[in-house]
Amino acid sequence: MRKKILEVKNLIQHFGSAKEPIKAVDGISFDVFEGETLGLVGESGCGKSTTGRSIMRLYDITEGEILFNGKNVNSYTSRKDSMQFHREMQMIFQDPYASLNPRMTAGEIIAEGFDIHGLYKNKKERQQKIGELLESVGLNREHANRYAHEFSGGQRQRIGIARALSLNPSFIIADEPISALDVSIQAQVVNLLKQLQKERGLTYLFIAHDLSMVKYISDRIAVMYRGKILELGLADEIYNNPIHPYTKSLLSAVPQPNPEYERKRVRIPYKHEETPANAEVIEARHDHFVLATKEQLSKWL
Amino acid sequence: MKKKLLDVKNLHVHFKTYAGIVQAVRGVNFELYEGETLAIVGESGSGKSVTSNALMKLIPQPPGIYAGGEIHFNGKSLISLSEKEMLAIRGNEMAMIFQDPMTALNPTMRIGKQITEVLLKHKKADSKEAAKRRAIELLDQVGIPFPEKRYKTYPHELSGGMRQRVVIAIALAADPKLLIADEPTTALDVTIQAQILELMKEIQKSSNTSIIFITHDLGVVANVADRVAVMYAGQIVEYGTVEDIFYDPKHPYTWGLLGSMPDLNNSSDELLRAIPGSPPNLINPPIGCAFAPRNELALAIDFEEEPPMFQVSETHFAKTWLQHPNAPHIPIPEVVARRIASSRGGEA
Repeated sequence: MRKKILEVKNLIQHFGSAKEPIKAVDGISFDVFEGETLGLVGESGCGKSTTGRSIMRLYDITEGEILFNGKNVNSYTSRKDSMQFHREMQMIFQDPYASLNPRMTAGEIIAEGFDIHGLYKNKKERQQKIGELLESVGLNREHANRYAHEFSGGQRQRIGIARALSLNPSFIIADEPISALDVSIQAQVVNLLKQLQKERGLTYLFIAHDLSMVKYISDRIAVMYRGKILELGLADEIYNNPIHPYTKSLLSAVPQPNPEYERKRVRIPYKHEETPANAEVIEARHDHFVLATKEQLSKWL
Repeated sequence: MKKKLLDVKNLHVHFKTYAGIVQAVRGVNFELYEGETLAIVGESGSGKSVTSNALMKLIPQPPGIYAGGEIHFNGKSLISLSEKEMLAIRGNEMAMIFQDPMTALNPTMRIGKQITEVLLKHKKADSKEAAKRRAIELLDQVGIPFPEKRYKTYPHELSGGMRQRVVIAIALAADPKLLIADEPTTALDVTIQAQILELMKEIQKSSNTSIIFITHDLGVVANVADRVAVMYAGQIVEYGTVEDIFYDPKHPYTWGLLGSMPDLNNSSDELLRAIPGSPPNLINPPIGCAFAPRNELALAIDFEEEPPMFQVSETHFAKTWLQHPNAPHIPIPEVVARRIASSRGGEA
């Protein structure tokens, strides 16, 4: 039996006034198992980034429960508990230009985490650790004294990854970590993430809108639309046998680097349907879940 | 025989910066025929956007310099034209679709007015009323529902996809012969991207417009292009029909690009074939082949002498020493070969 590292139960995250809230995340539930990569895909505004940030406790959630290693993350009241939580869970951000402080050197950025947590009292040890982290993400020790603007986009994202690794977390939320990078650099960063996962047994929540990369990196995929998860299953299963019409439409819109295929490709349009109130998460096939009513499901299958 | 609309010969564009002269475009050659789509692919900094801005003579001078070469468009030599003469061509015979529809539109002006402005400026309508009628027609043509109503809206009232349709309507207003689309779908979601690509193809079919499509997304290239130019470090390194580039690529950089994309049909056990390193600094472009420092398959000569453009077939050109008759035979990397084989199987 695989161990659930993260359980999200009926997470609701509203913004704005209570009267007319913006329902960014509107009641989603999913589990992430230890050592896997769960891909969270959807179009802009569907709530995928909000989900990641809510789990990270960057927002006060409106309703629901987030259990990390069996403990409700919003029950942490003391600073000590919160700090412990953030040693276990870290985030990689989308924009490697905006997410690094331009007035700090790469070394300071990476070391900030362990300075706050008081991990290395000894200067030499601290320097040693910075060097190790830089090397583990494919940079050099000498880079520690440089500022962010002296690095290319791909290198900056490596610094962001080194910072996320600095506290030796078990769970990393990667929010569109490659979408600001060039194609050839994207592959470098994805390979690095895969390799680190193998070496350190990391668990990833990988948030992205680029479906082909998500398919490549994820073990399972959750498809989000308007604050809800419509479909969740193994990556290959979602790609080869999508059930929800929205997923089918989304997949049919992805252009592939194959001219003959592109000439024959037929896009399936999706007409928005309000999810009925009596819709429930149904296991339509083995490990393949869809948000639907029974009538809808029998129509789609 | 199709008519040649655009002929770019040995174009060089430089920028003066504090650090030195950046050679952003270093000898680009291509031609474009009526009714066809040429995709220019490359990473950021490869010179693809500078090339397209140069075609429109939109390079600010200073710091930009047209350091050499010629651009022949529809019988005119653009480099020697004055700004005033360019004004008559820009937006009229050639028009541009920009990447970000929010910054391309004027946020303080109703979208209808932004279209009639072009029509009146280029004398495509005799009166304001005629211009309005035509603008509504254009909004309708680009698939905006209720065009009469939308005519009076401001850009912020529309979604990203709708805004990009407005940008396209503006570009189409004067019925241009050449549309330059600089990453027109990069800021959009995939489903909206698919709609915009379909729209552009439809427009091209009905009005025989030529399109230069700039993108870094190989999937989009496969969808829209008739011919493809792959740019790297300010030069075109491979040039051919879309089939040449995707099914018979010859340049190691093109192999790298194809290999670094995940293959949807195969399992994800293996690592992607990433291109190591990063693109060169164009203040001091490398001697020899610009891609050599990142190329695991580079030959000794790649570091010494810049390869010429070799002709592979009637339509296909590649700037790599591998095409020299005396070059050792270096097979295409296995990952890329496998992908080509699987995509040629017709199944995807």
